[in-house]
Amino acid sequence: MEAVAIKQDAQIEPVDYRTEPSRYKHWKLGFDGEVATLTLDIDEDGGIRPGYKLKLNSYDLGVDIELHDALQRIRFEHPEVRTVVFTSGKAKIFCSGANIYMLGVSTHAWKVNFCKFTNETRNGIEDASQYSGLKFIAACNGTTAGGGYELALACDEIVLVDDRNSAVSLPEVPLLGVLPGTGGLTRVTDKRKVRRDHADIFCTISEGVRGSRAKDWKLVDDVVKQQQFGEHVAARAKELARQSNRPLGAKGVPLPRLERMEDDKGYHYEFVDVAIDAAGRSATLTVRAPAAVGARSAAEIEAQGAAWWPLKMARELDDAILNLRTNHLDVGLWQLRTAGDAKVVLEIDGIIAANQDNWFVRETLGMLRRTLARIDVSSRSLYALIEPGSCFAGTLLEIALAADRSYMLDTPDAENRIGLSALNFGALPMVNGLSRIAARFYEDEAQVGAVKAKEGSLLTPAEAFELGLVTSIPDDLDWADEIRIAIEERVALSPDALTGLEANLRFGITETMNTRIFGRLSAWQNWIFIRPNAVGANGALKLFGSGKKAQFDWDRV
Amino acid sequence: MINYSERIPNNVNLSENKTLQRALEHWQPAFLQWWDDMGPDGSTNYDVYLRTAISVDPKGWAHFDHVKMPDYRWGIFLAPQEADKKITFGDHKGEDVWQEVPGEYRSTLRRIIVTQGDTEPASVEQQRHLGLTAPSLYDLRNLFQVNVEEGRHLWAMVYLLHAHFGRDGREEGEALLERRSGDEDNPRILTAFNEKTPDWLSFFMFTFITDRDGKYQLASLAESAFDPLARTCKFMLTEEAHHLFVGESGVARVIQRTCEVMQQLKTDDKEKLRAAGVIDLPTLQKYLNFHFSVTSDLYGNEVSSNAATYYTTGLKGRFEETKIDDDHKLQNNEYQVMDVAGDKIGTRQVAALSALNERLRDDWIADVQAGVDRWNRIPAKFGIDFKFTLPHKGFHRAIGMFADVHVSPDGRLLSEAEWTHQHLNWLPSDEDRLYVHSLMGRCLEPGKFANWIAPPGRGINNQPVNFEYVRFN
Repeated sequence: MEAVAIKQDAQIEPVDYRTEPSRYKHWKLGFDGEVATLTLDIDEDGGIRPGYKLKLNSYDLGVDIELHDALQRIRFEHPEVRTVVFTSGKAKIFCSGANIYMLGVSTHAWKVNFCKFTNETRNGIEDASQYSGLKFIAACNGTTAGGGYELALACDEIVLVDDRNSAVSLPEVPLLGVLPGTGGLTRVTDKRKVRRDHADIFCTISEGVRGSRAKDWKLVDDVVKQQQFGEHVAARAKELARQSNRPLGAKGVPLPRLERMEDDKGYHYEFVDVAIDAAGRSATLTVRAPAAVGARSAAEIEAQGAAWWPLKMARELDDAILNLRTNHLDVGLWQLRTAGDAKVVLEIDGIIAANQDNWFVRETLGMLRRTLARIDVSSRSLYALIEPGSCFAGTLLEIALAADRSYMLDTPDAENRIGLSALNFGALPMVNGLSRIAARFYEDEAQVGAVKAKEGSLLTPAEAFELGLVTSIPDDLDWADEIRIAIEERVALSPDALTGLEANLRFGITETMNTRIFGRLSAWQNWIFIRPNAVGANGALKLFGSGKKAQFDWDRV
Repeated sequence: MINYSERIPNNVNLSENKTLQRALEHWQPAFLQWWDDMGPDGSTNYDVYLRTAISVDPKGWAHFDHVKMPDYRWGIFLAPQEADKKITFGDHKGEDVWQEVPGEYRSTLRRIIVTQGDTEPASVEQQRHLGLTAPSLYDLRNLFQVNVEEGRHLWAMVYLLHAHFGRDGREEGEALLERRSGDEDNPRILTAFNEKTPDWLSFFMFTFITDRDGKYQLASLAESAFDPLARTCKFMLTEEAHHLFVGESGVARVIQRTCEVMQQLKTDDKEKLRAAGVIDLPTLQKYLNFHFSVTSDLYGNEVSSNAATYYTTGLKGRFEETKIDDDHKLQNNEYQVMDVAGDKIGTRQVAALSALNERLRDDWIADVQAGVDRWNRIPAKFGIDFKFTLPHKGFHRAIGMFADVHVSPDGRLLSEAEWTHQHLNWLPSDEDRLYVHSLMGRCLEPGKFANWIAPPGRGINNQPVNFEYVRFN
C-alpha cells in the first residue's frame, strides 16, 4: 500500500516549506530589469516523496513550495520587477499539471493539503497583481494541461504558442474522473468569462483547444506563431509593466532563511511559538508583540528589512501554519494566543497605515493579509483565548476574529483588553474581500459602525462582548473549566463534519471567485477524490497510465 | 454573605471553593423562595421532627431534631472517595474514574443530571397540598421528611451542575427552580412528574413505586465513571430508602386497616366497606395498576440507543454493575424483550447494549414484586383470600412498544372497544378517586390516626407512636 507508505513518510520526514533560489530543483528565476522570468524545468527525479517521476513538467508539492518562495523573493527582494513571465524550459510542453502518479499514491489528506496550498499560491499571484502592481504573463510555449493551465489562469494574460500542436486543456474529467478543481473550473468562468457551453466542451475533451478557437473562446488572450512568440511576450511584458505602480529605484529587502527551533514540544520562532499537545490533539499557537515599537519612518522600516516585526512575525506565522497543516494532521484544534503590549501593536499599526504608500510596507501588509487568509481556510478548529498579558489588538485582533470562537477572561485582578486599529477595517480582507469585522456582522452597518467608533481604543471584556467581538467572557472562577470543556468537547467531534461546518460559518453570505474556488475544492473535488470512480481499485485516477480502462459505477448521486 | 460550613453542611470543602460559593450565593436564596412558593403548603412555621444529614458517616447522616423546614440545613454530601477507583464497565473499563467532566460527554452528562435533578423538586410540588389532609402527625412528619430530602437531592444535583458545568450548569440550576409540575407552559421534564398526587393513597403508592424508580436510576448512576456523580448518588440512596419505607409501610397500613374492618364486618362488599370508611382491596389494586404502569414509562423505550451510548461511554451502568458476572462491555450479549407482533405478544432477543432500559425496568419490577409479596401476607394473616398482583408490562403504557396497543393486566391484547369497555375495572375511576378523596381529612392529635389507615408498628427514631412529631405553634 503505497498510500500508507506516504503517510508514514510524512511522519518520519516532515515537509519543510523553507527554501531559497539556490536550492530550487524545478524553477529558474531570472531577472532582466523590470521583467522577471520564472522558467519551469522540472527535475523528473526531484519529487518531494518517493514513488513517482515528475515527467512532462508535471508538479508536486515540492514544485509549488519553490514557486511560493520565488514569488516572495520577487515581492521583497526585487521591487524593480513589474512583470513576471511564466514559461517552460522544456520543449513542446509548458506544464502538464499535477503529477497523476503522485495523486494516485497519495493519501486523501495529502491531496487536499497539496491542492489547498497550490491554490493559495495562485491566489497570491492574483493578490500581487491586485495590490502590489506585479503583473503576470503565462507564456505557454507548449502543451498547457490541467494544473498547468490553472497556473496560467492565475496570470493576468495567457499567450499560447501556435505550433499546430500545443493546446490548453483541462483533461481532468475525461482522463482522471476528477475535476479541474484547484481553481481551473472556476477561473474559466468567473475570471475568463468563457461561455458555459464552451466551458462544458473544453472540460470534457482531453485534447483541449488550440489555435484561434482558444482565443475565440477566451481561453487565452493571444495565439502567436513560434517565430514571433518571444518577441510578443516581451512586448506584452513591457506593456504590462507600464501599468504597474511598483517603485522606481527602490532597494530590495533580502529574506534570510527563517530560523526556528524544533523540539518534541513544537516549533519555536522569535515571535511565534507552537506548542503541540499530541494526546489532546490540540496545539497552542502564540504570537508575540515586540517589546518596543522600533522603526517609525519608512526609512527606518526599510533599514530593519526582514527583521521588522510585522514581516518577521508574518513569515513565522505563515511557516507555523503550513507546518501544522501539513505535518500534524490530527492536531484538530488550534488555541490561538498572543503575548505582549497591545499599545505597541496599535502603534505599529498606525505606522503601517501612515506608510502604506511605501512599497515595502505595502508588501508587508500583503504578507500579513495572505497569512491571515491562510488561517481562515485552515481546516482546523480555531479558538482564540484572550487573557491578561495578551495583545489582541489591530493586526493581531484579526487572529481572534479569524477564530471560530473567542474566549476573553473577565477578571478584576488584571487588565485584559482587546484593541481596534485602522487596519481592522479593510486593510486585511479575507478571501471573500471583506474585513473580518464586516464579515462577522454580515456587513450590517450599525454593528460595524459601532465597532468602527471604537477604533484606536482598548476594550474591556464587557465592552468587547457587548460589541459582539468576542464569543464569551467567562470570569476567573469559570475560565479553566469552560475552556477545558470547550476544547475537549470540540476535539471529540467528527473532524470531517467540523471542516465542513467551520468553512460554512467562516464564509457566510458573500461569495467571490476565491471563496467559490475554496468551497468547490473542499466540497466537490474532495467528494470526488474519495469516490470509488476516482480512487477505487478500478477508479480513473488509480488506473491512469496503466492501459486499463476505468470501471465506473454508473449511478448518478 | 452566607456562612457556608455553618449554613450548608457539606463534605465538599465548600468554604474553600469560590466557584461553588459564587454559584450558591445566587441559587440558595432562589431555592428558599421556591420552597416558600412551592414547598409544603402553610408549613413555614411548623417545628418538624426531622432527620438532617450533617456528615456521611453512620452517626452523622441521621441527626434528629425539631426544626422549621425553611431552616432545614440542606447539605451537600458525597459518599467518600475511594482511592484508585477504576471505571467498571463500557469502553473506558479499567481506566481511572473521572474527577472532572470530560468535554466530550459534557452535554450528555448534563442532561442526565438535569433529568434526575428535575424529579426532586417536581415531587415536592406534586405533594405540596397533602399536609392539609394528613391522616396523622406521624404521617405528616414522614411527608415533610420526604419533602426536605427531595429538596436535598435537588441540592445534590445542583451541586454537580455548579461544580462541574460552569455557566451552563448555573443556568440549568436556575431552570430547575423555574419549571413547575403540571404547568402547561413550563412543565417538569418527565410526564409522571407532572401528574397530580391528589391524596395520601397516591402519595404512598408514589413513594413505594415511583421513588423506587428513583432508587434504580440513582443506583445505575452510582456506577458512573464520572466519580462525583457516582458518589453523590450513592449517598442519596441512603436517604431514598426511607422514602420507600414510607410508601411500602403506608400502603401496608391501609391494607391492614381494610382487613381489620373486613374481619369485623365479615364482608368483602365494596359498598359496605366504603360505608365503613375504608378503602376496599380491589380499589387499592387499581391504584397499584395505575402507579405501576405510569412509572414503568419512566424507564423509556425497551430498545434504546441512548441507553446503549450511556453505557459504552461509562456514564450510566447497570443496577449493581460490579456484582454482575459478565465482561461489562456487552458487545456480544443478548437480552430478551417483549415484542408485539400482529395480534400476539411474544419475545425476541436483542443486543444487550440496546436493552439496558428494559433490564433496569426488569430489576425494578422484581423489587416492586417483593414489596407486593410482603403486602400479600397481610390479607393472608387475616385469612382473607385476596392477592395483589402486578399488571402485565404492557398494561396502560404510553412509551415503548406497547404505547400503541391496549393490554389487559393479565397480558391479553385488547381491541379499542374492549379497552374502552373494561379499563375502569383496572384503573381508578372518577368515582373511586372521589371516594378516596372523601376520606382525606386532617387528623393531627398525637397518637390518633384517620379511620382508613392503621397506626404504624413503631415510631420514628425510637420515639413513641403518639410522639408530637410536628408542633404547629
